[in-house]
Formats: sequence, C-alpha cells, structure tokens
Amino acid sequence: MNNATFRTEHLSVFYGQYEAVKNISLSFPEKSVTALIGPSGCGKSTFLRSLNRMNDEISQAKIKGRIWIDGVDINDPGTDVIQLRQKIGMVWQKPNPFYKSIYENIAFGPKYHGIKNKAELDEIVETSLRKAALWDEVKDRLKQSALSLSGGQQQRLCIARALSVKPGILLLDEPASALDPVSTAKVEELITDLKKELSIVIVTHNMQQAARISDYTAYFYLGSLMEHDTTEKIFTNPEQQMTQDYISGRFG
Amino acid sequence: MKTIDERPVQVQPARGTRWKKHHAEDVAGRSYTFICAALLIVIILSIVYFVASKGLATFFRDGVSLSDFLFGTTWDPEGNNGEPMYGVLPFIFGSFATSLLAALIASPLSICASLFMTEIVPGWGKKLLQPVIELLAGIPSVVYGFIGLTVVVPFLRNVFPGQGIGIAAGAIVLSVMILPTITSVAADALASLPRGLKESSFALGATRWQTISRVILPTVLPSILTGVVLGMARAFGEALAVQMVIGNAPHIPRSLFESASTLTSVITLDMGNTVMGSAHSNALWSMALALMFMTFVFVMIVRLLERRHRI
Repeated sequence: MNNATFRTEHLSVFYGQYEAVKNISLSFPEKSVTALIGPSGCGKSTFLRSLNRMNDEISQAKIKGRIWIDGVDINDPGTDVIQLRQKIGMVWQKPNPFYKSIYENIAFGPKYHGIKNKAELDEIVETSLRKAALWDEVKDRLKQSALSLSGGQQQRLCIARALSVKPGILLLDEPASALDPVSTAKVEELITDLKKELSIVIVTHNMQQAARISDYTAYFYLGSLMEHDTTEKIFTNPEQQMTQDYISGRFG
Repeated sequence: MKTIDERPVQVQPARGTRWKKHHAEDVAGRSYTFICAALLIVIILSIVYFVASKGLATFFRDGVSLSDFLFGTTWDPEGNNGEPMYGVLPFIFGSFATSLLAALIASPLSICASLFMTEIVPGWGKKLLQPVIELLAGIPSVVYGFIGLTVVVPFLRNVFPGQGIGIAAGAIVLSVMILPTITSVAADALASLPRGLKESSFALGATRWQTISRVILPTVLPSILTGVVLGMARAFGEALAVQMVIGNAPHIPRSLFESASTLTSVITLDMGNTVMGSAHSNALWSMALALMFMTFVFVMIVRLLERRHRI
C-alpha cells in the first residue's frame, strides 16, 4: 500500500503551537473509499483539509511532512495550487451552493478554467448532475436558484459541482451529517457509485456509514493515527482495544 | 379501553391570585418596553404631522402650486423682483447631484476597503482599518466642512476653472463622510458570508481574484447596495458641511465647479431670516417635507434590497 499514488508521509499540521495532526503516514488506494473516524477534535478534518491545501487559508496553520499525489509533493513551493485543486474535489458538512442558478453552480468551475463553449458547458452540467444522481430531479429547472433545492438536493448539487472539474480524488467532510435518512442513503449510494472512478476520502461520525461505504478505515485519536486497515478488519477484529471501544460506542 | 378524551383532566389546584415576584417582573418589563415603543411612535408621528402641516400650508394657504414649487427654477421668496417665486428645482437638483456623485466616489473606495479588511488581510488589515473607519464616522460634520473649505475648495480652484466651490466640492466632502457607512455595512456583509462558500470556490481551483469577483461580490451585492443607499441618505440629509463648500447660489449650475445649493443648505441658511408662518417660512417647511419624503424613499429602497437578499 505504501506505493499508492496518493499518500501522506509523516504529515503534521500545527495551529500556532498546537499540533492538531501528528506525524501521520497514510495511503489512499485508487478507486476505493477510505473513511476517517475518531472523536471530535481528533484532527481528522484538519488532516482532510490539508490534502487539498485548504489550510493555506488559515494563516497560523503550518504543515510538516509530505503529501504525494501522482508523484508530486503538493506542498512544494513549485506546485500550482490552482491546478492541484482541480484534481481534488471537496464537499463540506453543510451544503453551500453558490447564490446562483443550479446551472451556474455546476458551470462555474469549468468556466474558471476557460471553457466558454455553451454546448460543452451544457454537456458538463448534465454529466455532473447525472453522476450526482440529481439530473432527473432538476433538469426542468436548471435556471432556478440553487437555494430553492432541499438540503439533500443541495448537498448532491455540491457533489456535482465538485465533479464538474473532473477530479481524480474526492474529499468529503461529513457530507451526510446534516441530512435526513433518505438523503443520507442517496448520498451513500452515490459515493459507492463514484468509487468506480475516483479515490474518495470521507470523514464521518457515523460508524454504520463508515462500515457500509468504506473499503479502508483509519481511526484517529488526539491527532494521531491509531489504527488503519481494511474496514472489514477494523469493524470485526481491530488490533487495538481503543478502536474496538470507539466503534462499539463505549468511548468517544 | 379509555381513549384520551375520557381521561379525567388533571387540573392544578388553584393557588389563588397571589402574585409572585417573577409575575410582577414580567408585567413591569412588558409595560416599560411598551411605553418606550409607544413614546417613540408618538414622537415620530408628531414630527411628521408638524412638518406636514407647515409644509403643506405653502400649497393650501399660500396658494403656491405643487408643480411651480417642484419644477420652478426661480427662488425669490421675498419677491425682490416682483412676485415672490418658490421654485426649488435648483435645490432638489443640487441635493441629488451631490449625493449621487458622493456615492459614486465613495462606493468603489468603500468596497475595496471592506474587501481589504475581510478578505485580503483579515488580520492587521482589520485591526488598522476598523478604528480608522470608526474615527471617520465620529468626526463632526463642521470639521469636514472646514477642511473642505480650506483644502478641497482651493485645490479645485487651482486645478479647474471656477471658484472651487460647488457640486464637486460638496460631493468630495460628502464622499469622505459616507465612506464609513458604506464600508462598515459592506464589511459586515462580507464577514457574515458562510465560510464554505469561499472555500468551495477555492476547492474548484479558483484564484482569490476569481473567488472575490465571481462568488463573493455577487453574493453580497444586495447588502453593499443597502450600504450605498444608506450612505446616499446620509449625504442627502447632510447640511452643514455641504453648505460650507457649495456656494449657496440659488441656480442650477452649468458646471460642477459653479456655486449651487441643496435643499438642506437653503433651509439652514434661510431659517433664521424668516418669520414663522410667513410664506417664505412655509416654503422652507415644504422643502423639509420633501427631504423627509426622500428619506422614506431611501428607507423603502433599503427594505426592498434586504427582502431581495433574503430569497
């Protein structure tokens, strides 16, 4: 697993003096889902954010160690962060569509990157929405405001938006925790579908969700990686008592 | 089986009419806020009534027609050249010209300042600019007028043809005065944007410039416009500073550097020289009424913008 194209090497993230992520080496195999679990404040979201350099926006955040994507160290000063972020889609806990029409939400990223041809944009909007299983629900009202959609639809719109720039990796930060069970099921189904094309890293507090959709699971505690293995192994026979306690709900 | 309806209703034993302390507090608090609110409404209504009764007398008692008042271009209330004339169009024009021009100068500066504070350098940018802007808002208008008269007017006189006084000088002074209003409204709007919005744009590979110009600014535009309208309302109602630099000639000027007047500047200049109840005095009240009406219009516009923002 150590020669995966997407992996971290001794990654630490500091907020000022505070070490939020401690020396984590983790690989994300292609076309699979890796779930990051652990109690709140254990550094899993910070870890996720550092994978597409979102922590750049937080001025006190400092990164040590390396993150490799396709043989490139993404924190290398020579790396073009704009190009990098095209390869990595990200979806947050709270749906956050732009205050624009459904169509514009999806066409937005491709427009950034210079696609102006209307037919080409239409095509991208349709395929992205189809991949996010939203096309049939919105195809007749693409010009309407994205804020008129329900929460679950908004979240799938955000996934479609992330897919619009054709990333190879998708980072999901608790994408279903603000949704009702039906929408959650749809998002989970979607993740399982998208796995055929993308590497997915998902932070989740929902143990059943991690067990249902992920292939690998990493358990974080106080900024450290405690255990990383196949989801099956972690959920049936973890190496550590602490992991066992957490997933069975006795702790955390 | 008993249904819910058949169950005997449990009634709390009556505790008599004994008042407890928290009941009294509740009633006292409610009465106090109600009295304050009522007082406020009464005051506002009486001001409106007073200004309207005086202002409308121009038309009903003194027989000046509304169109002569609003569209007449000659202001000669004492009748120095024959019949007294009450045309206030030059002042309405002056008020609109100065406040529009001031908003035009101040808006880009304010928007950039607020972006600098919230997006570009949120750390020391905010620490430095916030107090500066609050200070600007606190400077008395007579000081602005004084500075305008000693700095702006001579500068304009040297650079452009004319006396230096006029619409341009008024607009420049006003633009500095409304800068804090627009900046703080815009900065609040920017700061209250959900963080995810910006990050989603970054995550799609957008640069900071693309994010600001295509995501952030379009999203906060209604709020920024609210700030601009509030700033214009302030500029429209400002009297002293404008009066000091505008020249106060009762004509529609042919250039920005020619002496002119606004509704407010005429009211402040003339009010000491009129007899209460005279046609001249009533005409000033009519102008005050027009000013108040415009303020209501500005408030309505702000309301409309806010409602649009909510959708």
